Amino acid sequence: MTDEVADAIDRVVRDEGRRVLATLVRTTGSLELAEEAVADATERALRHWPRHGVPDEPRAWLTTVARRRAIDLVRADSRRRNREAATMTDEPVPDDGADLLRLLFTCCHPALSVDRRVALALRTLCGLSTHEIAAALMVAEPTLARRLVRARRKIADARIPYRVPGDDELGDRLPALIQVVRLVFTEGHRATSGDELVRVDLCVEAIHLASLLVELFPRDTEVAGLWALLTAVHARARTRTDAAGDVVLLRDQDRSRWDHDVIALAEAGATDAWARAGDSPGPVLVEAAIAVLHATAPTYAATDWRAITELYELLDAATANPAVRCNRAVAVAEWAGPAAGLALLDEAPTRTPDHLWDAVRADLLTRLGRRDDAAVAYRAALASGPPPPERRLLERRLADLATG
Amino acid sequence: MPQYALLTYHPGDPDWTAPDQADTMAEYGAFGAHAGDAIVGGAALFPTTTATSVRITGGPDGEVVVSDGPFAETKEVLGGLYLVEAADLDEAIEYAKRVPSSWHGTTEVRPLVPMPE
Repeated sequence: MTDEVADAIDRVVRDEGRRVLATLVRTTGSLELAEEAVADATERALRHWPRHGVPDEPRAWLTTVARRRAIDLVRADSRRRNREAATMTDEPVPDDGADLLRLLFTCCHPALSVDRRVALALRTLCGLSTHEIAAALMVAEPTLARRLVRARRKIADARIPYRVPGDDELGDRLPALIQVVRLVFTEGHRATSGDELVRVDLCVEAIHLASLLVELFPRDTEVAGLWALLTAVHARARTRTDAAGDVVLLRDQDRSRWDHDVIALAEAGATDAWARAGDSPGPVLVEAAIAVLHATAPTYAATDWRAITELYELLDAATANPAVRCNRAVAVAEWAGPAAGLALLDEAPTRTPDHLWDAVRADLLTRLGRRDDAAVAYRAALASGPPPPERRLLERRLADLATG
Repeated sequence: MPQYALLTYHPGDPDWTAPDQADTMAEYGAFGAHAGDAIVGGAALFPTTTATSVRITGGPDGEVVVSDGPFAETKEVLGGLYLVEAADLDEAIEYAKRVPSSWHGTTEVRPLVPMPE
């Protein structure tokens, strides 16, 4: 069996598996029970389908196997006093379409810490194993396992309800879903080095989740923005690092290797959402617009820096995130000169906790010819402990200062 | 129906019997009226200056130490609690949002362990 076929089966099992899980949570009333039952069913599918072919109705197959397993588990364990599970029968249960939505909102409930939400989403919505999630998040497996157990206990003991929030609550609850998907993507971005044996690409998982959100919330412009943002960024993934695993800056990336078909889709999605958002585009949509401007620019120099700066101004005003101010300074420097960019940074109320702030300052100072100040900034950036690829880049730029 | 404890935490150490707390007490009265029969128990506590801590080291027959003050000095102190009936956490949270400690300090929502019938 080829890798491609194996991957395709894997994909079907995961996509259908999460819908089956969602329905089973509703019918059993227990996330724990449903997960165990569905894990069993997916395991069987992954053993059975490669040999005998994917069934015509994979979801029905998985549902039947999972339900039977759940009934067996309830009968075998008298401690499972859950009343719904105890009265489960073999009768087919229709998917009322909202099950996946309920599961999504439960995983991202505000009563769960952000770490727990991300772990739960990866487990229940992406169907990743504990081992895969731990490796992808670069967390020890027992720690991750404990996190999942505690999340499920919280849902059960505190009775986090399995429901779709009312229309009046969606405004508060939807940003949490978007945030979780973004965090998954960011984690995927980080793990460029790591265990090669784990084939999980969190960026791809995040984009799948974003597509799911678009399917479930077709009119929401922030959700549309999320999908456009992630796909536009991911379309450039191949050029972010070179063969040695070193960081390649945007200005040096080979644009011919970007996925322009995907970028066109991202642009269409963002443009459509922007038109629908009217006067008040949300922050995710604004970020999407910036990403699309970068991705559609023929060269670094030909980028519409002015438009990007205006978008960053919108973002800067809306969020208190110093990283936004940093990126805004970079954009300003491109059309108004490095002094203008530097001034923005120096006026800012707070700086980023990581190396980004010093790295950007160092670059602007270098362009202004202030080499001594730039060297100080590069050293400060290095002192804050950036990841290895960024560290090597900063060390090179510091060395270039002395020789250039 | 499931029950939750709503634990009310306030900054400082308010004395609910003092006249300067009359406004806050009125707020609590409004919450009581709003929640009605959902409230199945609760109490307002005297300030932590009236508290006494009891500790016995090394098991029930060990040395008993009785001391003046709450179990821990904290910036926000436990001022009272409600026991409410709510179908799930979201409902309990909706009640908690109307409890005055939520805007003066913090309201902690904890599920009660169901007692065997």
